[in-house]
Amino acid sequence: MKYAEILHRCFRCGYCKLPGNYIDFNCSAYAAFRFETYSPGGRMWLLRAWLDEKIEPSRRFQEILFSCTACGNCVEQCVLTKIKDELLLAFTAGKEALVCEGKVPPPVRDCLTKLQNYGNPYGFTRKKRTAWTVGTGIEAFSDQEFLFFPGDVGAFDSRGQEIARSVATLLNRVGVTFGILGDQEVSDGNETNAMGESELFRLLAEENIKHFNELNVKKIITLSPHGFNALKNEYPKLGGTYEVFHYTQILAAHTGSLSFENDLPEISVTYHDPCYLGRHNWEYGSARKILASLTGVKAREMDRSMQNALCCGGGGGNLFTDILGKGPESPAQNRVLEALGTGADILAVSCPTCAVMLGDAVKSTNLDKRIQVREISEIINDRLK
Amino acid sequence: MTFDLAEAKREKTKINTGEHSRVLTECATCYSCEEYCPNGNHPFYVIVERQEEKGILPSPAPITRQQILMMKPKGTITPMKVSAPVIDMCYFPMLTGSIREPLYENPSIIVGSDIFCNIMWLHFARNSVIREQLPRVIENIWHYYLKDSNVDELICFHDECYATFSHLAPAFNIQVPFKPIHVFEYISGRLDALKDTIKPINARVAYQRPCSNRLIPETQHWVDDIFTKIGAERVERKYDRENALCCGQILRAHQREEMADDIQNRNLDDMKDTGAAYCVFNCPVCMVTLAEPAAEKGMFPIHLSDLCQHALEGNVPKG
Amino acid sequence: MYRKDKFMKQIYDILLEIVGPGFVSDAQEEKYIYSMDPGTMPACEPDIVVMPGSTDEVQKIVQAANTYRVPLVPLGAGLVLSGLSRALKGGIVMDMKRMNRVLEINELSRYALVEAGTSQGMLQAYLRKHFPNLKHSAPDAPPAATVAGNVCIHGSGHMSHAGGFHSDMLNGLEVVLPTGEVVRIGSCATSPYWFARAPLPDLSGLFLGWAGTTGVITKLSIKLYPNYPLNDVSVFVCEDASIIPDILYQITGTQVAEDVTTWMTPKPDWAAGFFHCNVNYGAKTKKELIWKRNLIRSAVESYIDAKTGGFLPLPSMMKQRFLEVPARQLSLFADVRKGGGFEYVGAIMPVELFPKAYDLGLDIADRLGVSYSMGCRIIGINHSMMFFYAYAFNRADPDDVARAQSALEETNKKVLDLGGIPWKAEAPAQKEILRKMDPNMVDLMGRVRSILDPNHVMNPGNWEEDR
Repeated sequence: MKYAEILHRCFRCGYCKLPGNYIDFNCSAYAAFRFETYSPGGRMWLLRAWLDEKIEPSRRFQEILFSCTACGNCVEQCVLTKIKDELLLAFTAGKEALVCEGKVPPPVRDCLTKLQNYGNPYGFTRKKRTAWTVGTGIEAFSDQEFLFFPGDVGAFDSRGQEIARSVATLLNRVGVTFGILGDQEVSDGNETNAMGESELFRLLAEENIKHFNELNVKKIITLSPHGFNALKNEYPKLGGTYEVFHYTQILAAHTGSLSFENDLPEISVTYHDPCYLGRHNWEYGSARKILASLTGVKAREMDRSMQNALCCGGGGGNLFTDILGKGPESPAQNRVLEALGTGADILAVSCPTCAVMLGDAVKSTNLDKRIQVREISEIINDRLK
Repeated sequence: MTFDLAEAKREKTKINTGEHSRVLTECATCYSCEEYCPNGNHPFYVIVERQEEKGILPSPAPITRQQILMMKPKGTITPMKVSAPVIDMCYFPMLTGSIREPLYENPSIIVGSDIFCNIMWLHFARNSVIREQLPRVIENIWHYYLKDSNVDELICFHDECYATFSHLAPAFNIQVPFKPIHVFEYISGRLDALKDTIKPINARVAYQRPCSNRLIPETQHWVDDIFTKIGAERVERKYDRENALCCGQILRAHQREEMADDIQNRNLDDMKDTGAAYCVFNCPVCMVTLAEPAAEKGMFPIHLSDLCQHALEGNVPKG
Repeated sequence: MYRKDKFMKQIYDILLEIVGPGFVSDAQEEKYIYSMDPGTMPACEPDIVVMPGSTDEVQKIVQAANTYRVPLVPLGAGLVLSGLSRALKGGIVMDMKRMNRVLEINELSRYALVEAGTSQGMLQAYLRKHFPNLKHSAPDAPPAATVAGNVCIHGSGHMSHAGGFHSDMLNGLEVVLPTGEVVRIGSCATSPYWFARAPLPDLSGLFLGWAGTTGVITKLSIKLYPNYPLNDVSVFVCEDASIIPDILYQITGTQVAEDVTTWMTPKPDWAAGFFHCNVNYGAKTKKELIWKRNLIRSAVESYIDAKTGGFLPLPSMMKQRFLEVPARQLSLFADVRKGGGFEYVGAIMPVELFPKAYDLGLDIADRLGVSYSMGCRIIGINHSMMFFYAYAFNRADPDDVARAQSALEETNKKVLDLGGIPWKAEAPAQKEILRKMDPNMVDLMGRVRSILDPNHVMNPGNWEEDR
């Protein structure tokens, strides 16, 4: 197993369980399950124990491994400077070792099977990938400045589709020219990679890269931070090098050109940093810049914000496998309560996965009359003339 | 130390003849006398020599010994091809990020414990360490970097390095096979070359002249030139130029906390009273010592090189 | 005596009923992880791990353990490093960390009432956010360590020069006795305020230093201290161990510092052979801060004048690592052998033993070839010190682990010979301590345990003589 040489170097000091300000537990798997086994340190020692044949790769072991949402809090907080950058890589390698042995939880197996067979984790036919564009006038990419990449959640999830439409409409409005790949697009593969299926990730990525290159794509705007991470950081290793942007980075440069209504009631908004924009790619400013530019919007920060943000629990494939959902204390609910604690009316998101996870958490806790989950472009659109 | 002229003459004579003088225990090692002596008699180097001869330690023995251990060469230097301009960063690897385009054109950077200039031992009554280490340092620079690369000029980022190679080494009879160039001279030349791209900062700046620049006062005019070229006004103030005050960090090593407090307060209040927006440094130690208190007094602390860099990039931090 | 094998299935079902399915496990994974802590002590597997969420649940668990005579081991963060939370006789490990609420902060009387599983970090963060003028004495353990765990073991931390051991800072407890009764100890027994242990007969000692063998703490109240806006550290350096006791005596005599800690480490090379005394202090104004700095300095002026010691000239940015609470870099020692492990003997002893304690450490490290670090934290006004001998090891190398274990064992024995007492001693060292102890005290301890825990279910294997 790759990175096996660092597993025993974990001291299980527990810094990885907390954010930098120690305010509450910040490893989403540990927060959900509370057993030490689900913490990053527990995972490191269990992987080592498995390789040393001290424990079997049981269903629970698999679940522990795949409960990791790859949020990166452990990488951010680990004090052991010589191994911290490899923690997530070690967990992914562990998942990969389980995948190779065919020892994965059924939801993971099912998700990967759909990705393999359909090019998306929903198991929908490729033809449905453009269903979200109906009525929007969005065209196929030919020689526009940008390719817009909605990703799986944007293309197939009903909430994701709302956000894809909202973002695309707004990009149009501010004069950004873009087209889409359409039904030739397959999953960006970020979650596939995070679940340890590196070979399937390669196949998915290469397929997208082939189409990007055939169309001479140079610049890409992604809807999802997950797609942003894969296209920006992993695709170049497979020969796919493009200028990749998350849509908030593009909108941040254009909100000055929009006209807003003057007499809307003031709203207070707290922004949830998505892991793949924030901790993984150090992009904390664009969404905040957008919110700061909107009149009548008062921004409040949660105690766990920016590099200390609590993951919504959707990463590492968990949006599809729902392994964290089995935990008695869901990070998504935890996060919604934290947002509520700021007194904000709106919990702003810039990731369709976060939108689904946190939106569901608001509904399941009956808090929808007290706080709404709104995506950034929706907040902008709400205030436009 | 305060003297009248007669007492000063008496004490200097004692130093010259090797007797004990109160100067040897009270010297703050600010280097001023090296600058003030009109005859080039190196009065400060002589003080340090006498201190060591007599076993007088300005700083407690454990601190002196530990500092020497901390700064000793690690013997990890390896040959490296370089090309002009070669920027000597001494033992400040944390500052190499400052050496970048557009201000520095295709620079080669050398840095590390094996090329540490060692001049700081003047503050610790250890000329012997300088005599022991400096020849090896010069040899390292020459043989590992310059000679085989056919480069014979070395741009010294820090006043201390330039002072070591141009002033102290000759005084200690140590040969230097390359030509030291002060970074001021290099920066001034680059600003001329890039003058069309300079966005003048249009601000008043207070300059912290470091002690080591007193060994090389002939370089001060470059500082004025640089400020003029980037549109900065070097404020006239009491504790600048010949009356510059040491940053005080060495006084703390000498356990003279109250004196350090006093000169820092006077120095910074003097800067603040001019309404300067920036407190500009060339010495990393001065900067690390005074940056925070300068900021507390409302001035933006910044290194001279970085200020020039920002003037070229058009993104000077707001003072 | 234990009937765990016979009743484990029933026990599991009872625990399931008490805490719900998400918080009890007898899976191999939990058994493995909860069988050991990051120190050198060998694994001792529990049969079940359970995580209660309330005093009521703790009480029911304890009652069940008692009824079925199953060993029960309370666990905080498991960072004691000497294996005190291992299930030496199997049974149940009870992870207390779900009980992590801050229940009350009394600002005027400066105390915090917290549940036993509250972490140091979360209490610190809570105070920073809601009561920035107050702080608690945090140990240098990682922030995941629990407040209760550290108090229970007579821990120490960043206010220990001012306030003593963390157990000295205790105002009161809520405890579940081994027989299942819930008891309040301290002023909280008769008053709604948890402000002191006096003036009542002080029963808190029945639960401090006992390694969880006398009951389960579920709530505790600890003293809080002023959190000054300005903080500084002066680091005194010298090369002679024999003057350290007097240096510490003089500095602590000023009574202005909050924490006085001395460290000696062979790495980096420039630190070997030097003693660094960190003196931390805070103030409301710059003038006050400078006054305290000068007072501390004047306490050791004779050494400065003699040039045998002095304060390091540290610029502000280089002090940050010494002002950080807890000090994150301390955990880095675990990677010295690239093996994720270190354990230390913390010896509580009089400050006058410093030179001998230091020589003892050098001798052991040299003979056994272990990577080491030493230091001491002053408790009270030089009333004692916690002198630590930390040994790093590579947990993937059994020989390296064995070497560290030998060093720890020998250190424990020699510390006792010297007149010190190993703190939070691992089970073998406890036996050494008992061998040396006044037999009447040993006897009294046994009697106390028999009364409180007649079925001997609470963390058995600890504080037991070899018979």
